[in-house]
Amino acid sequence: MAYSDKVMDHYENPRNVGSFDKDDNAVGTGMVGAPACGDVMKLQIKVSDEGVIEDAKFKTYGCGSAIASSSLLTEWVKGKTLQEASEIKNTELAEELALPPVKVHCSVLAEDAIKAAIEDYNSKSAIVVDAPEKIADAG
Amino acid sequence: MFKVKEWLRNMSKSEKTPVYLDYAATTPADPRVAEKMMACLTMDGDFGNPASRSHVFGWKADDAVKEARGHVASLINADPREIVWTSGATESDNLAIKGVAHFYKKKGKHIITCKTEHKAVLDTCRQLEREGYEVTYLEVENSGFIDMKVLADAIREETILISIMHVNNETGVVQDIAAIGELARSKGVIFHCDAAQSAGKVEIDLEKVKVDLMSFSAHKIYGPKGVGALYVRRKPRIRIEAQIHGGGHERGMRSGTLAVHQIVGMGEAFRVAKEELVVESERLLGLRERLLNGFSDMEEIYINGDLSHHVPGLLNISFNFVEGESLIMALKDIAVSSGSACTSASLEPSYVLRALGREDELAHSSIRFSLGRFTTEADVDYTIELVRQKVEKLRELSPLWEMYKDGVDLSKVQWAAH
Repeated sequence: MAYSDKVMDHYENPRNVGSFDKDDNAVGTGMVGAPACGDVMKLQIKVSDEGVIEDAKFKTYGCGSAIASSSLLTEWVKGKTLQEASEIKNTELAEELALPPVKVHCSVLAEDAIKAAIEDYNSKSAIVVDAPEKIADAG
Repeated sequence: MFKVKEWLRNMSKSEKTPVYLDYAATTPADPRVAEKMMACLTMDGDFGNPASRSHVFGWKADDAVKEARGHVASLINADPREIVWTSGATESDNLAIKGVAHFYKKKGKHIITCKTEHKAVLDTCRQLEREGYEVTYLEVENSGFIDMKVLADAIREETILISIMHVNNETGVVQDIAAIGELARSKGVIFHCDAAQSAGKVEIDLEKVKVDLMSFSAHKIYGPKGVGALYVRRKPRIRIEAQIHGGGHERGMRSGTLAVHQIVGMGEAFRVAKEELVVESERLLGLRERLLNGFSDMEEIYINGDLSHHVPGLLNISFNFVEGESLIMALKDIAVSSGSACTSASLEPSYVLRALGREDELAHSSIRFSLGRFTTEADVDYTIELVRQKVEKLRELSPLWEMYKDGVDLSKVQWAAH
């Protein structure tokens, strides 16, 4: 499989590899894919009070394109609002990395991952909103 | 004229990386083979048509083919008249299976093969199914072996052919062709065996083993690509219907002007293979053990295929939680192959490893190392170091490894399949 230089660069020097504490309320975690299919992506975002993605980390089990797609995605989402990040399309990732047609599904997975991470973050912040009331009750 | 010594000297001087460890895919031609072949091309060599009976050019070419036929027959302890030249093992498999099916169709239309066969056998059987034949695809045990009882039970009144390979190309597992041959003969069923991966690597004695048809390839044992042979037993006589017509070459079984340079190359490759088989097998076994020892203390590695009946130079290992294609990319300084989906266009992991009962994720994580004539201890040591380093790096990148280390039971996780 002949990969583009950009895929090779992200594959050899993946950006933002790592993990945040998934129980942190400022963190949203998206885990998509399945081992049996040959790729699993874990994407985490750390979101500021203003709803801006301050930091992002990933871990990916998969082929070079899957690793490159998730690495590139972490670069792109940093500094974006949740709304902006949710609008990232797989086609943009595929185009930037010049993925061959057989590897486009890797970029689809990356899009699914950021959507899942945002959803996870939103579901947590819903609980956070409730929290001050509870404190008030207790007081 | 080609100088072997000079070639070898240049070989040792030249850049050694990437290290070639994909000898099961193909091999470089041995310089002795290349030299022989070059003497069959030009005006001053044996360029003639062996079918030309009217002049010395034809006679000399015919002699060269005869000599090569003798070398191929000698490696497998057969009669030279039992060797039919083909374009390779794929054609040999086609000729054997279709040839028997078409010739014996009045006797029956049932064929038995196995799920771990090469595509040259499986796709040929699929074609025969379209022609109205019935094919049983046997399961294998997790070791890779065929259960003889399962095979015996699959044989019916109308079974005409059993096609089982000798050595599996992905796992290196050696089937017990002596036992299969006994069973087939006792039931009056013809036995075809694809020996593309075994010739020159494990002993084959067709005086002893009751194989009726056997496929060979030259390029797997340091001969040229584009030439192979089919062994067709004379006693008892096995009949096949020709698949290629035009001139009645090869006793009518395979027409077409003989490719003298290719055939001479194959003959020389088989001659050298016979000469070196015992010593080389031992050396390769030593190298494989060295390779395996280099990995043995790694966590979560799985050997694919039972090593107790195994071709010496091959090792197929799954490195769990690392995807095969990304590992191959990381291992770009060694040339290996993977059972991962991503190395093929189909996005399906290796059907052979799945037939061995391997979960898809382990099939995705498999690497086949195949060693050969030009592999050195230094190559193996370099490979061990590189693989260990890259597997560690990719595991650091793997969410599955992280979960495994956190004690998560991955089989219990609900994955969102896509």
